Amino acid sequence: MPRTSRFKSSLRCALLACAGLLPLSAAHAAGTLTIATVNNGDMVIMQKLSSEFEKQHPDIHLKWVVLEENVLRQRVTTDIATKAGQFDVLTIGNYEVPLWAKQKWLAPVKPDAAYDVDDLLPTVRKDLTVDGALYALPFYAESDMTYYRKDLFTKAGITMPAHPTYAQLAEYADKITDKTNQVYGICLRGKPGWGENMAFLTATVHAFGGQWFDASWKPTLDTPEWKAALTWYVDVMKKDGPPGAASNGFNENLALFASGHCGIWVDSTVAGGLLFDPKQSQVADKVGFTAAPSGTFANAPSWLWIWSLAIPASSKNVDDATTFITWATSKAYVDLVAKSNGWVAAPAGTRNSTYANPDYQKAAPFAGFVRDAIEHSNPDGQTKAPRAYTGAQFADIPQFQAIGTQVGQSVAALLTTSQTVDSMLSSSDRAVTRVMRQSGLLH
Amino acid sequence: MTPARKAALSRAALTIIGWGVALWVFFPILWMAMTGFKSEIDAVSTPPKFFFHPTLASYHEVFERANYWHFAINSIVISVLGTIVALLFSVPCAYAMAFSPTKRTRGTLLWMLSTKMLPPVGVLVPIYILARNAGLLDTRTGLVIVYVLMNLPITVWMLFTFFKEVPREILEAGRMDGATRLGEVWHVLLPLSLPGVASTALLSLILSWNESFWSLNLTSSNAAPLPSFIASFSSPEGLFFGKLSAASTLAVAPILVFGWLSQKQLVRGLTFGAVK
Repeated sequence: MPRTSRFKSSLRCALLACAGLLPLSAAHAAGTLTIATVNNGDMVIMQKLSSEFEKQHPDIHLKWVVLEENVLRQRVTTDIATKAGQFDVLTIGNYEVPLWAKQKWLAPVKPDAAYDVDDLLPTVRKDLTVDGALYALPFYAESDMTYYRKDLFTKAGITMPAHPTYAQLAEYADKITDKTNQVYGICLRGKPGWGENMAFLTATVHAFGGQWFDASWKPTLDTPEWKAALTWYVDVMKKDGPPGAASNGFNENLALFASGHCGIWVDSTVAGGLLFDPKQSQVADKVGFTAAPSGTFANAPSWLWIWSLAIPASSKNVDDATTFITWATSKAYVDLVAKSNGWVAAPAGTRNSTYANPDYQKAAPFAGFVRDAIEHSNPDGQTKAPRAYTGAQFADIPQFQAIGTQVGQSVAALLTTSQTVDSMLSSSDRAVTRVMRQSGLLH
Repeated sequence: MTPARKAALSRAALTIIGWGVALWVFFPILWMAMTGFKSEIDAVSTPPKFFFHPTLASYHEVFERANYWHFAINSIVISVLGTIVALLFSVPCAYAMAFSPTKRTRGTLLWMLSTKMLPPVGVLVPIYILARNAGLLDTRTGLVIVYVLMNLPITVWMLFTFFKEVPREILEAGRMDGATRLGEVWHVLLPLSLPGVASTALLSLILSWNESFWSLNLTSSNAAPLPSFIASFSSPEGLFFGKLSAASTLAVAPILVFGWLSQKQLVRGLTFGAVK
C-alpha cells in the first residue's frame, strides 16, 4: 500500500474507533453513592466488606474513590468549596470536621436510636460535635504512644517507665544506639508537613509549655519553650536518629522499626496493630509500649486524630449516605470486621462496646492502653499559657496547613543544615506573623 | 597499538558507556517492577534486597481491590482521543505558521509555549468551576478537552518545526497540478512529514497517558484513568510499596510496550531533518 493511502486509512480507522468510544456523561445516578477515602488498612477492609452493605440495601450502589491522604484532602476541599457535589461520603479527620461544619459544608448527621450514639467514646464524640450537632461519625481514632524494643532495653539494662519524659527518652536512645549494626536509638517524624513532623512537634511544644499562638493570635514561636522543644528534637535526631531522618514520615519510621532498625519510636497508636503483626513486622515479639513522653508542662493537650465519615452538604443523596455511614461505624460493622478479619482488625478508638468485648481484649494486647490514651486525650485542653486555638497535634484553623508545612520545612532544614534553632525560630515567627496578619486573625 | 585495535577499544568503551547509561535510566523502572514481586517487608528492607523470594501477593491484592481494566480503558480512550483532537487543531495551525508566516508568528509561538510555564495548580479552581458548570466533571470528554489544551503548544511547535523542513517548492508543484489547500496538506505535506507527525502523536500520547494532576482533580470514578489507579495504592498509615509498585508496573506496561513497538518511528521522527 502506498504511504499516502496507508496514512489516510490509518487516520480513518483511528477516527472511527474514537467515534465509537465517544463518551460519556457521568451523571451520578440516584441511589449511587460516591465515597472518597484513603488507603489505610481499616478503610481497605471497609471497601471489601461493603458488598455486605449492598446486599442489605440493594437500591444503594457504592462507588469508591481511594486516594493518597494529601491528594484526597486537596481533591475533596476543591470539590466541597466549589459545591460541585462529586462525593456523597468523605473520609476526613477531626481537623476538618469543625472547620467545614462552621462553613456549612457538611450536613449534620442524625443517626437513629439503634446506632447507640452514647456508646461512642466521649472525647471522640465531642471532637466531631459542633454547636450540639454531630457532623461526622467516627470510623477509627488514634492517640500517640511510645514503642520500644524490649530486647535492646534488656541488653542495655534499662527499664522503660510507665510515663517516660522527653529527657529520659533521649538518654535511653543514646544508650541503645548501635550505628555499626544500623540500630538507631530513636526514630521520630522528620518529613516536613503539618500532618507529619509538625504533628509530632506541635504535641512536643505543648508538652514543653509552648504554643503556636497566644490568646490574641500572636505567634509565639520565638520563645524559650519552642527553643527547648526543638533543641531536644534536633539533638536527639542528630545524635541517635537514623540517616536521612528529614525524609522519614509515619510509614518510613514504621518500616525502619518493623525491620529492626529503631530502638524507640513515638507515634500514632495505630502503629500498634502493624508492629504486633508478624506478617508486617520482624520484631513483633520484641515490641514494648508505654505512654507518650511528658515534658515540663504536665497537662498539655494530648494527641487525638479521628478518621471519620462525613456527608458534604452538596450531596444529592444525604439519606442514603447517612444509611451508609451509620452502617460503617456501627456495632454491627465492628462485629462483621471481627468475623471476617479477626478481632485484632476491629476499628479502634471509637466505641466502648469494642473495648468491653473480651475477644478484642485478648486479640489486641494494647487495646486497654489505647483506650486510656484516647479517653484521656484533651485536644481542646489548655496550654501552659492561654491560647486562642484548639487541637493537640495541630492548630484548628484553616491557615494551619500552610503555616504548619512552612515551619515544618524549616524544622527539616535544621536536621540537614547547620542553621541554628534560634535563627530558624526567629524567621519562622516572622513568617507566621505575616500569614496571621494577612488572614485578619491578628490585628 | 594498531589503529584497528584502537578503534575496537573505542567501540567497546562506547558500548559499555551506552549500556551503563541505558541501565542507569532504566534502573528505576526495573526496581519498581522488582518491588512489585516483593512482600511488603522485603519492599522496605534496609539495605535494599536484590535477591528475594518472589510473590504475586501484591498483584493479587491490586486486582482484588480495583478494576484495572476500567482505569486502563479510560486511559486509552482519553489519551488517544486527546492526541487525535490535538493533531486536528495543530496541523492546520502549524501549516499556516510554517508556510504563511506573518510578523506576529514568532510571538504567537512563544506565547503558546509560555502557557506551559504556568503551574497547573494556579488555574485549578477556575477550570474546576468551568468543568462543574459544563457538567464535565468526571467525564472523559472533560479530560480530553483539558489534555488537548495542555498538549497543543507542544504539538504545534513540533509540527511547525517539521513542516519548516519541507521545501515550499514541493507544495507549489502540487498547487500547479491543481491541488486545493486541503489536498496540498493531505496529499503532499502530511505524507512527506509522516515521521514528524507520528513522533508528535506519540509524544502527545505519552504526555496524556502520564498526566496525573488533572486526572486526579477532574475525575473521581467514572472517567478516572490509570494515574488515579496508582494513587489509590499509596497509604499514609501502613506499608504499601509492594502494592504501589505492582499498580505502577501495570499502569506503565501498556505505554512501555507501545513505546517499544514504535521506537523506530519515534527515533526517525525525532531525527527528522537533522541530517540533510
